[in-house]
Amino acid sequence: MSIEVRAVTKSFGSFVAVNDVSLTVPTGELVALLGPSGSGKTSLLRIIAGLERADAGQVLFEGEDATARDVRHRGVGFVFQHYALFRHMSVFENVAFGLRVRPAARRPPEAEIRRKVTDLLKLVQLDWLGDRYPSQLSGGQRQRVALARALAVEPKVLLLDEPFGSLDAKVRQELRRWLRRLHDEIRVTSVFVTHDQEEALEVSDRIVVMNHGRVEQIGTPQEVFDHPATSFVMGFLGSVNIFHGRAEDGRAHLGELSVDYPAHDGAGPRPVQAFARPYDLDLAREAAGDGFWATLRHVNPAGAVIKLELEDGETRLVQVETTRERYEALHPNAGERLYVKARQVRIFPAES
Amino acid sequence: MATASLPLRPRPLVATRATSEPLLIQILLTTVAVGFLVLFLVLPLLAVFAQALEKGIGAYFAALREPMALSALKLTLLTAGVAVPLNLLFGVAASWAIAKFDFPGKNALLTLIDLPFGVSPVISGMVFILLFGRQGILGPWAEAHGLKLVFSVPGLILATLFVTFPFVARELIPLMQAQGTEEEEAARVLGASGWQMFWRVTVPNIRWGLLYGVILCNARAMGEFGAVSVVSGHIRGKTNTLPLHVEILYNEYNFQAAFAAASLLAFLALVTLVAKTLVEWRAAEARAPLTEDPNVH
Repeated sequence: MSIEVRAVTKSFGSFVAVNDVSLTVPTGELVALLGPSGSGKTSLLRIIAGLERADAGQVLFEGEDATARDVRHRGVGFVFQHYALFRHMSVFENVAFGLRVRPAARRPPEAEIRRKVTDLLKLVQLDWLGDRYPSQLSGGQRQRVALARALAVEPKVLLLDEPFGSLDAKVRQELRRWLRRLHDEIRVTSVFVTHDQEEALEVSDRIVVMNHGRVEQIGTPQEVFDHPATSFVMGFLGSVNIFHGRAEDGRAHLGELSVDYPAHDGAGPRPVQAFARPYDLDLAREAAGDGFWATLRHVNPAGAVIKLELEDGETRLVQVETTRERYEALHPNAGERLYVKARQVRIFPAES
Repeated sequence: MATASLPLRPRPLVATRATSEPLLIQILLTTVAVGFLVLFLVLPLLAVFAQALEKGIGAYFAALREPMALSALKLTLLTAGVAVPLNLLFGVAASWAIAKFDFPGKNALLTLIDLPFGVSPVISGMVFILLFGRQGILGPWAEAHGLKLVFSVPGLILATLFVTFPFVARELIPLMQAQGTEEEEAARVLGASGWQMFWRVTVPNIRWGLLYGVILCNARAMGEFGAVSVVSGHIRGKTNTLPLHVEILYNEYNFQAAFAAASLLAFLALVTLVAKTLVEWRAAEARAPLTEDPNVH
């Protein structure tokens, strides 16, 4: 089932959590709402679920207006950040809850409930834990029980609030891949909220980047990563070097660095911000192309990628990443002055 | 030969751990605490039963079977029987509203709930007289409608309700606040109606706190003296509860009968104590996780 959000706005007192947001989630896709805390992503998810009422705007399921529909009739599965498992019920009863509370006419017979819950627990690989209570489970197990419980009511839409937020790094990695595989298997339209860009890039079909209650960009992981629409998206997805300067006559002057800026050609001078990913900067001993001189301060040689920290003329930190071969061919010494060549720089008008 | 032999390590006079005390202080503190308990709690309790049985078991039961005593016992049970369920209802409603919603005046409501704890029970009783007494503000109105709220059973129940109001609410509010609303939201998303959510999720989560609140509320409802004493008018056989009955007998120098009646209240207190301990024990058990290892999965 597709989800459409039209011009949704939500305020809490004077704080505008969601500000005129519109987006579409096509049937069967796995979409990430990505943003820093306070960006409105969780509020938006709760509005889609019906747990929160929007001040203005509409939510449509499969083209049908669901704005006024009560949360219990929306047919969504919701996985809470802290799982919200019923602490006084066994794992089995937690998963069975959604089936047991149905009106008698639509409630499946007991044998059917048992079969279904057992199947779901198998799906999340926890069928051996049915008799346990939530307090006896690890974080990762609770997460999977919460997912099985949400899936038990056969939701048309699955919504997950920071699904891996409170797990340790290793479990998070595993569950992330597992969720992706599970989604490929059951193909239910899913939206999950995360503040972890790596998670969003790895798991989702599409990413909605949010900031201050607004949508900054919507696109596939590759689109938002390779072609960030705004300086916020550029800065939020991955580490980045930021240069401040001004644009004039089709060129951007950023301290010692100056690069072509054809988009600006002809307009009057104005302040700009330039972003360069650490791996888009090359090091050399001679000046060649757009670049600037900087002093090597620190090298982190562990890993496949060598991370170098340099200091430019105004003692600002510049991060550079290079391959092991290039690093060994150059073999720079600490304190050496090197020419930093910018292969790719993205320029955005400076935020006022 | 200047080599001093290493001194034998003496038994440590200072504590081995930062939070443990030397033996002497441990004994001292324990003695003080136990001594205090014996002096102020155990001895009076024993005295009550000793005095009650002073003239033998026959006289003890005779004092309890006496019509005035029976009527006081019945009235006490009736008062508690009405006040406790009503306060259970009010308490759950108030704590639900405070813990699960945000509304203007929430803090004022919280303070109001505590009011009966802050006001002397005698004052509470007098407030009822001032409100509903013959010269009271609402007195003429109540009289015109045939409501007799002072020196009558309904008045006793009202006063008891007021005095015992905070027990259930006070017990539930922190519990419900700590549990938050996520489980209720989860139940709603899964299709539960408001009623199903309340009975299947909320009540099981608060049941031990609720029971604890009810036990305390009941103990106070049966033992309440001050407020009830002002409102009752001490009409024997009509508006006398057990605590008031004890006072009357005592003032009449009928010590044995007074203590016999008092022993009933003391017995109730003991039962309450045991019930409370059991409930606390169960609640702690329900709260404690068996394993807490986030790496097992």
